[in-house]
Amino acid sequence: MTKPVVSLDQVTIRFAGDSGDGMQLTGDRFTMDTASLGNDLSTLPNYPAEIRAPQGTIPGVSSFQLHFADHHVQTPGDAPDVLVAMNPAALKANIKEVRRGATIIVDKDEFTTRNLSKVGYETNPLEDGSLDSYKVHAVGLTSLTVAALSELSLTRKEAERSKNMFALGLLTWMYHRPTESTENFLKAKFGKKPEILAANLLAYKTGWNYGETTEDFAVSYEIAKAHMPAGKYRNISGNTAMAYGLIAASQRSGLKLFLGSYPITPASDILHELSKHKKFGVITFQAEDEIAAVGSALGASYGGALGITTTSGPGVALKSEMIGLGVMLELPLIIIDVQRGGPSTGLPTKTEQSDLLQAMYGRNGESPVAVLAPSHASDCFDIALEAARIATTYRVPVFIMSDGYIANGSEPWKIPSVDSLPDLHVEFAKTQENFMPYLRDPKTLARPWAIPGTKGIEHRIGGLEKADKTGAISYEPANHDLMVRARAAKVAGIEVPDLIVDDPTGDADVLILGWGSTFGPIASAIEALRESGEKVAQAHLRYINPFPKNLGAILEKYPKVLVPEMNLGQLAMLLRNQFLKDVIPCNQVRGLPFTTQELIDSTMAVLHA
Amino acid sequence: MPDLALTKKDFTSDQEVKWCPGCGDYSILSTMQSFLPELGVPRENIVFVSGIGCSSRFPYYLETFGMHSIHGRAPTIATGLAISRPDLTVFVITGDGDSLSIGGNHLIHSLRRNIELKILLFNNRIYGLTKGQYSPTSEQGKVTKSTPLGSLDTPFNPISLAIGAEATFVARTVDSDRKHFTEVLRAATAHKGSALIEIFQNCPIFNDGAFDIVKDGDTKGAALLQMVHGQAIKSETHGLVHDGASLKVVELGSVSESDLVIHDAHNADPSYAFALSRLSSSELSHVPVGIFRDVQRDGYGSMVNNQVADIIAAQGAGDLNSLLTSGDTWDVQ
Ligand SMILES: Cc1ncc(C[n+]2csc(CCOP(=O)(O)OP(=O)(O)O)c2C)c(N)n1
Ligand code: SF4
Ligand SMILES: [Mg+2]
Repeated sequence: MTKPVVSLDQVTIRFAGDSGDGMQLTGDRFTMDTASLGNDLSTLPNYPAEIRAPQGTIPGVSSFQLHFADHHVQTPGDAPDVLVAMNPAALKANIKEVRRGATIIVDKDEFTTRNLSKVGYETNPLEDGSLDSYKVHAVGLTSLTVAALSELSLTRKEAERSKNMFALGLLTWMYHRPTESTENFLKAKFGKKPEILAANLLAYKTGWNYGETTEDFAVSYEIAKAHMPAGKYRNISGNTAMAYGLIAASQRSGLKLFLGSYPITPASDILHELSKHKKFGVITFQAEDEIAAVGSALGASYGGALGITTTSGPGVALKSEMIGLGVMLELPLIIIDVQRGGPSTGLPTKTEQSDLLQAMYGRNGESPVAVLAPSHASDCFDIALEAARIATTYRVPVFIMSDGYIANGSEPWKIPSVDSLPDLHVEFAKTQENFMPYLRDPKTLARPWAIPGTKGIEHRIGGLEKADKTGAISYEPANHDLMVRARAAKVAGIEVPDLIVDDPTGDADVLILGWGSTFGPIASAIEALRESGEKVAQAHLRYINPFPKNLGAILEKYPKVLVPEMNLGQLAMLLRNQFLKDVIPCNQVRGLPFTTQELIDSTMAVLHA
Repeated sequence: MPDLALTKKDFTSDQEVKWCPGCGDYSILSTMQSFLPELGVPRENIVFVSGIGCSSRFPYYLETFGMHSIHGRAPTIATGLAISRPDLTVFVITGDGDSLSIGGNHLIHSLRRNIELKILLFNNRIYGLTKGQYSPTSEQGKVTKSTPLGSLDTPFNPISLAIGAEATFVARTVDSDRKHFTEVLRAATAHKGSALIEIFQNCPIFNDGAFDIVKDGDTKGAALLQMVHGQAIKSETHGLVHDGASLKVVELGSVSESDLVIHDAHNADPSYAFALSRLSSSELSHVPVGIFRDVQRDGYGSMVNNQVADIIAAQGAGDLNSLLTSGDTWDVQ
């Protein structure tokens, strides 16, 4: 019997289960197999801050959403077409976002009276008709897995642990994904534990066979390859792309990469990744706190390394004073803020863009720094190179404002050739007579990068105000005024590319201007709005300080400028301040990216106001 | 080594020194300037990193590389510098407030890691720069502007703290004793990992005479217990004997010379150095000076750089193209 195959142009799947059910791994594997098949995709891992919240409860639910298509994908998808729910909590936590008519696959073994009452289901949703508008597949994921593994010498608990692989196998069959790469992955991961490897492989295979043979699943689906520019691709998350970009910057500049960091969600993976690549001469230093982390990076930078620190909002708060010293010493420094929900400890595992003003202004005194923001996961690679260019050319701290969404989310990335990467070569000050540590380059206004070990230019610098040119301590009123303005002028004068506006007709009624990780959701809303005949333009800021030189003219051109942000209007405040433009803020702080639909709705409201 | 005919003058910068007249920092500076030529390191390879405080102005007055950073954080900056530039000789200059109050965390962590830093702690038992508040080393009951009824905190003993923090080299000296300070500097700079030197420093403005007992001709002979490796620990009047697991100060005449503790700075057991550190109380009746502890442990910076060198030796230097194309990749035609 061969089952019919239906062609689809796109699908959004959400895997949801208990934190201990391995949903992130399941999602990751499905993503890898999907990427290598040639679909375009975007992912959204969403997990609780607690490592193990009480089992079977709503706070313990972890999910992974994946949107893949035969065309360009901008977002992880608003509403899932398929929900895999490993227990009642996962169903309850996710059902409101699943569209009517969607497919729901549940582990029916988990729908016991006890588990149902734990999450407040009075009746079993699999039986009470509440799911009638969905295509529900109630599969005994646990019992089938345990039965399949009965030959192996595993305890029931151990056998149950492979049920996520059963689910993955089933979905792999449903969507015609190749199985080799997951098989290889499992072999590499569990090579040293043959029993566990056998269990996972068998569960995976059994799940696949279950789809192929049972009547419960009548059809399978095919999604054609997306059309993508020719080249070699890999799937990459924002944090990995950032780490690679930093290594690339080190290689292209010839500077030793020094990372000083203190672990914090969602930034730690950059530290983890860089720690693996010592053979690039990379030094990673896990400091005693964030202050020491940035201090060590600044110290390394003073010595001629590419000094970098990675953190999230609470860590930036601790680093502020040292970043101010970086401004004063006029040394290169890269601060990567992978933003999360705030204030205080806030929502550690959820995304937000609410540190923008902290990065811009969160220091004492007039303390200008450069601020950049990657637009999507793989853009973290390019933004890291840009940050290194600006930091080393202008000798200034540079913030990179990533966030939890692009840090953990992934997408296919066309791997650039190394030769196409920018040359970041820098010159240190050389031995000379009458060396002046604060003599500025007339073009960049940067002072010399004068590193210890260079004979004849021994000098002292510090956080006290310095005399122009000589760098000696100076309390002169006029000199302070001059130096404050010089530091501001230097940052204002950083060369950044012009902002590109996507406005096919040139006369759009509204411009949607975003920054950072909102790029995908905005682009997806723009597509939909244009399909329904609206004239809308998109521009996206990767450079926030300084802004692109043409930004003022662009804001003037469009009567209505909508600014979506995952905060309460921080970019909007900067734009209003700098350009006296009454932009229209569009804000949400739910810890998740904007959905396409809410951006469409907000834009329509502006268009038809 | 052509450079090394340097003199004290070569290490003296053109900056006017701005401490109060009579400040103990002057003699510390002068001793350092005199010592540096002997160190045999070219000026450009020496870096002084300081925090904030009167003492932290020190780097400005030395013709080497120097950074006057922010309050309490000098060890962090010096750590990044020393790890990434093992060719440099890095000194940290700090005060009792700078290193034990705001910067306490960094001090203990740089000591436990054994970063290749020579840390000079100028202990005047007061906040000098902010005009005389009590510090973490001020004796309990200290009357200052911020403690008009006397301070309530129990002070830190910096030597005990350092030993507790796994320090491999810990010493104490007195600002005005050039000869002693120079000997300690010699040993500290010869030591491979981090070295902490506590320097009793007089602040004539806000805490004058705090160390008179160990400086005045009449009293110092009795108060200073000299620690010299391989020799009996004693002052002019007192000596040190074992007292169970601990140590005890006794009058010299009361025991025979052979009962005195022979100093072993290389004793692997930190409880010995710790016991020595406990002999000095706030009143300074008996103050061991010299090197409490000098043991070998790999320096952190050299271990970090060895890890990098070893992996490169084993696997070759990283290749960017291989990194970018690692893992699951696919080709689109
Ligand atoms: C973040 C910060 N907090 C407070 C101060 C003010 N401050 C400067 S020096 C100092 C204490 C200095 O005492 P100590 O380290 O003992 O140095 P001394 O002046 O005695 O040499 C304080 C509190 C500062 N500069 N920075
Ligand atoms: S206040 Fe005290 S420590 Fe500071 S310079 Fe004056 S005498 Fe020296
Ligand atoms: Mg002091």
